[in-house]
Amino acid sequence: MDKKIFEIKENKALAKNGIYRMILSGDGSDLKRPGQFVNIKVGSNFLRRPISVADHYDDSITIIYKVVGKGTLEMSMLQPGDELDILTGLGNGFDTSLSGKDPILIGGGVGVPPLYGLCKELVKEGKQVSTVLGFNTEDDVFYEDEFRKLGAKVIVATADGSKGEKGFVTDIVKDMSYSYFYTCGPEPMFRALKDIVKTKGQYSFESRMGCGFGACMGCSMETKSGYKRICREGPVLESEEIIWEG
Amino acid sequence: MGRLSTVLCGIELSNPVIPASGTFGFGYEFAEYYDINILGSISLKGTTKDKRYGNPLPRIAETPSGMLNAVGLQNPGADLVIKEELPRLRKVFSKKVMANVSGFSVEDYVYSCEKLDREDMVGWLEINISCPNVHGGGMSFGTDKDQAALITREVKAVTKKPVIIKLSPNVTDIGEIAESCQDAGADGISLINTLLGMRIDLRTRKPVLKNRTGGLSGPAVFPVALRMVNDVYKRVTIPVVGMGGIASAEDVIEMAMAGASAVQVGACNLTDPYACKNIIEALPEALDKYGIKDLMDVKGIV
Repeated sequence: MDKKIFEIKENKALAKNGIYRMILSGDGSDLKRPGQFVNIKVGSNFLRRPISVADHYDDSITIIYKVVGKGTLEMSMLQPGDELDILTGLGNGFDTSLSGKDPILIGGGVGVPPLYGLCKELVKEGKQVSTVLGFNTEDDVFYEDEFRKLGAKVIVATADGSKGEKGFVTDIVKDMSYSYFYTCGPEPMFRALKDIVKTKGQYSFESRMGCGFGACMGCSMETKSGYKRICREGPVLESEEIIWEG
Repeated sequence: MGRLSTVLCGIELSNPVIPASGTFGFGYEFAEYYDINILGSISLKGTTKDKRYGNPLPRIAETPSGMLNAVGLQNPGADLVIKEELPRLRKVFSKKVMANVSGFSVEDYVYSCEKLDREDMVGWLEINISCPNVHGGGMSFGTDKDQAALITREVKAVTKKPVIIKLSPNVTDIGEIAESCQDAGADGISLINTLLGMRIDLRTRKPVLKNRTGGLSGPAVFPVALRMVNDVYKRVTIPVVGMGGIASAEDVIEMAMAGASAVQVGACNLTDPYACKNIIEALPEALDKYGIKDLMDVKGIV
């Protein structure tokens, strides 16, 4: 991990409901695994904004983010040519060695992006990948075709049925068979998912963070193997170590 | 002695910049970014007698020019700090460190201080009687001059190392508490800990922090911290360590002018892992700019 300057090459809306893709040119070599994240200094905001990486190369990274507050709103207004101060290569990322031959990737909303890089990696390793992507409504849907182009089987579900299957990802996943699962999305989705999955898997968590690199303990959570910092020992945790509270 | 050097309770520092407790872990993680031996010292993550997981998430919130935190003193406990964290830091840091101690009773403080007193690499004990994020103990010792004096006396009785008491700004007269600690035998005062604050999420209609309240830090608090450092400097004769929102070499000079013998950089470490390094490297030029030969020449001139 290190602090580096990146130049924006592209920053455009991917879906109607404030989902943006930003392609940044700069040194992407600190990123070693899919599921890692970057922490971005945005305008005059004091804290950086942690954003998962969708795809990375030695000379560029791609992030997909949703406008949810002041920081991400400012991000959405940045133009190609603008520079960003970024802490890169953060977090542990997904471990593809545990996937088995036909893993399933389950994404909810803005949890979908890190699964793209993961899908690419798993396909490269010769795995048969299925993806179930859940969104609230048609206007939220993005990257369906991109996953398909990688060679994955893709099922889209929307809560209101405006696109793909009607319902939640759990309605789809409960009838599928797979060797292992990887998921990223909102915590209510995780809680529903944990009761219906049939194998072990990995969950990628999000959290409000102070630093993003392990210094402040702002994002620690208790696990069966001791406390873990979501920014450092996470954001990806294995299913067996998670304590589901409440 | 260089232009930046200073003496804190009899121990010489090559420069006055010390990362503040809770913003630098146990130090070794920052060694991945740069050689941390350029730092004056390091104030270690707040240590309690027993292991603590800290508060439920979220523990962090953004504020104008700053942040709120309600981490709640997450740490492995004094015994494991000594057994595991100090040796790891020793591999990458050769100077004396400041062990930061917190507790929920007099006995807690005494236990941790007795243990840490035996560690060679610990130069000072910084006694945190000002954490706003724990219930019972913590800040309640730092908002009462008699309680502050009691902790100071009990800790002094079990250590030969210099004892620096870290004060809370959440009081009416911080000078009075500093004086009370000095009278009880404190070797130094550090301030300020965070200012108690809160934020509300308009969408959920609930506090952003699960703990409801948290401690405000970052550049937003700098003027408050500077004023309090100056208040305390005028009331005591023991050295003062100034902290609260320091973000630049110029801020360090202001703190020195207000009376600080050394400074701690806190929240800015979280937004830029190179913050302390950048400040140290910028100091000589900043001194030149304002016609200052040695930084300590201007200590307390205000």
